[in-house]
Amino acid sequence: MTSGQTKNLIFKIVAGMAAASVLAIVAAMAATLYVQSRPALTRFGFVNFLTSTSWNYGQEVFGAARPLFGTFASALLALIVAVPAALGIAVFLTEICPSKLRGVIAAALELLAAIPSIIYGMWGLFILAPALEKFVQPLVGETLGRLPLIGSFFQTKLAGGVNLFTASMILAIMIVPFISGIAREAMAQVPPMLKESSYALGATRWETVRRVVVPYVKTALAGGIVMAMGRALGETMAVAYVIGNRHAPLESIFSPYVTITSVMANEFNEAGGLQLSALFSLAFFLFAANFLALTLAKRLLGGKKWTI
Amino acid sequence: MDHLKSRKLKNLVAMTLATLCAAAGLALLFVILYDVLVEGLGALKLRLFTQDPAPPNLADAGGLRGAFLGQGLLTLVAAAVGVPAGVMGGTFLAEYGRNSRICRLISALSDMAVSIPSIVIGAFAYAVLVKPMGGFNGWAGAAALAIIILPIILRTTEEMLNIVPWELREAAFALGAPQHKVIIGIVWRSAKSGLFTGALLAIARVAGETAPLLFTSFNSNFFKLNLSEAVPSITVSIYQYAASPYESWTEMAWAAAFVVTVFVLLLNLVGRAALKFKKVG
Repeated sequence: MTSGQTKNLIFKIVAGMAAASVLAIVAAMAATLYVQSRPALTRFGFVNFLTSTSWNYGQEVFGAARPLFGTFASALLALIVAVPAALGIAVFLTEICPSKLRGVIAAALELLAAIPSIIYGMWGLFILAPALEKFVQPLVGETLGRLPLIGSFFQTKLAGGVNLFTASMILAIMIVPFISGIAREAMAQVPPMLKESSYALGATRWETVRRVVVPYVKTALAGGIVMAMGRALGETMAVAYVIGNRHAPLESIFSPYVTITSVMANEFNEAGGLQLSALFSLAFFLFAANFLALTLAKRLLGGKKWTI
Repeated sequence: MDHLKSRKLKNLVAMTLATLCAAAGLALLFVILYDVLVEGLGALKLRLFTQDPAPPNLADAGGLRGAFLGQGLLTLVAAAVGVPAGVMGGTFLAEYGRNSRICRLISALSDMAVSIPSIVIGAFAYAVLVKPMGGFNGWAGAAALAIIILPIILRTTEEMLNIVPWELREAAFALGAPQHKVIIGIVWRSAKSGLFTGALLAIARVAGETAPLLFTSFNSNFFKLNLSEAVPSITVSIYQYAASPYESWTEMAWAAAFVVTVFVLLLNLVGRAALKFKKVG
């Protein structure tokens, strides 16, 4: 072997090891989380742990139901607000916005996604939470709160503005640029001829968007939405600030509650024994949920990458 | 004509709503930046960078100089490991492993690894590097950040190298160059601005991270940068100070938040500008 071949072989091996390290890290992570979860899962039983709402430090009885519910509820509520807004932004950027402004506005919205989550958390705690409490909560309480049966679910029970609703709104703000980015890129790939055909038939812009553009990009949109949900599920700092981390039954969307990430951020460092293991179980569920969401999103997006 | 009118009205309503959404998005960006700017600049004092943390009852004292350096050190160590490893890994996927199934698996897995919640990575680093060592340490924090950087860089590198035309490599091969020389001299060189941008964006992403540090390097009030102990960190300090009931501490948190935001956004702008500059030039 010449020295060139030897060097090439060494280079190839080093590169191969670097590539394999991703495989090793993800496998090690899954295995570690599982091993650390074992004590809690065997002590309480898998199904029982999933469905139990207790979180009792004194008696050392822990269940995942509340943090799990909080995590999915806040993500879902965030999506309900964020998806229409993000689609609106994408439609504006591809159909209405003058092409000179398009790049600037898109870049500005991308910056919104680059702000660290701790900043969102602080802003949420000091600015958004008081504002929502002052303006939005009374409004919702007086409208939806008057409904029979479900009305009490929209009334303010505890003052402070730190609650599930505020957490969802912060999440919504954080995932909007993400969804709108994917939607915009997908919409930009619709062949112009399709749109022009629609206009030639006399369709309005809105009709073209609804009947031509959206059907064309709907799987990519679904992929982007699932991906954004994955991100919302795992968001920690912003949620930890504004959700209140209160282990109590959810009486209203304006009640403090818990998510997997808020429990972890608040309790991990003081926990030991079964509680720590229960926290690792929560981390394991989050890891698994995220993995599933991403697998689904990747399917829908068809192998394209949308990392940053 | 009523039908036409209603269609036109619908169109007007829909397009107005879309425009309002975009306006609201921009307004939010503006409001957030404005709030951070006003609150942060109002609280920003030189002592933030020159003094160590002080008890909250002492007015006009206390800063977070150690935390800035600590965060910088953790980020640098993470980048020093994560960026080269990511570039090498991405190079393997794009140059040696195209069309191999295991490489496609690694590529797909990296896409997922990019989205693993950072607090889960923190918990992993805690189990592997903090518990066995007996306490919070900087290595664990840097490792957690490196685990975040690695798949981002790996995927960016793979994408960037994939756009380099294959003919360039063939030209170099025809001159008898071995593959590693072709990669270093031709492929990396033609992709360098993309790689630079990728690295900068990845570093910007971890520079403002809090969750992976909470259980690993944690925080420290001492001006001591020893990676085998807890390392002071600006984001964890912000987390603790902002949640505290003391006004002097929340003010300090705003000032620090301002500095972090400006730094991260600047890195982003520089990274994106570098890519654009290359496209034009």
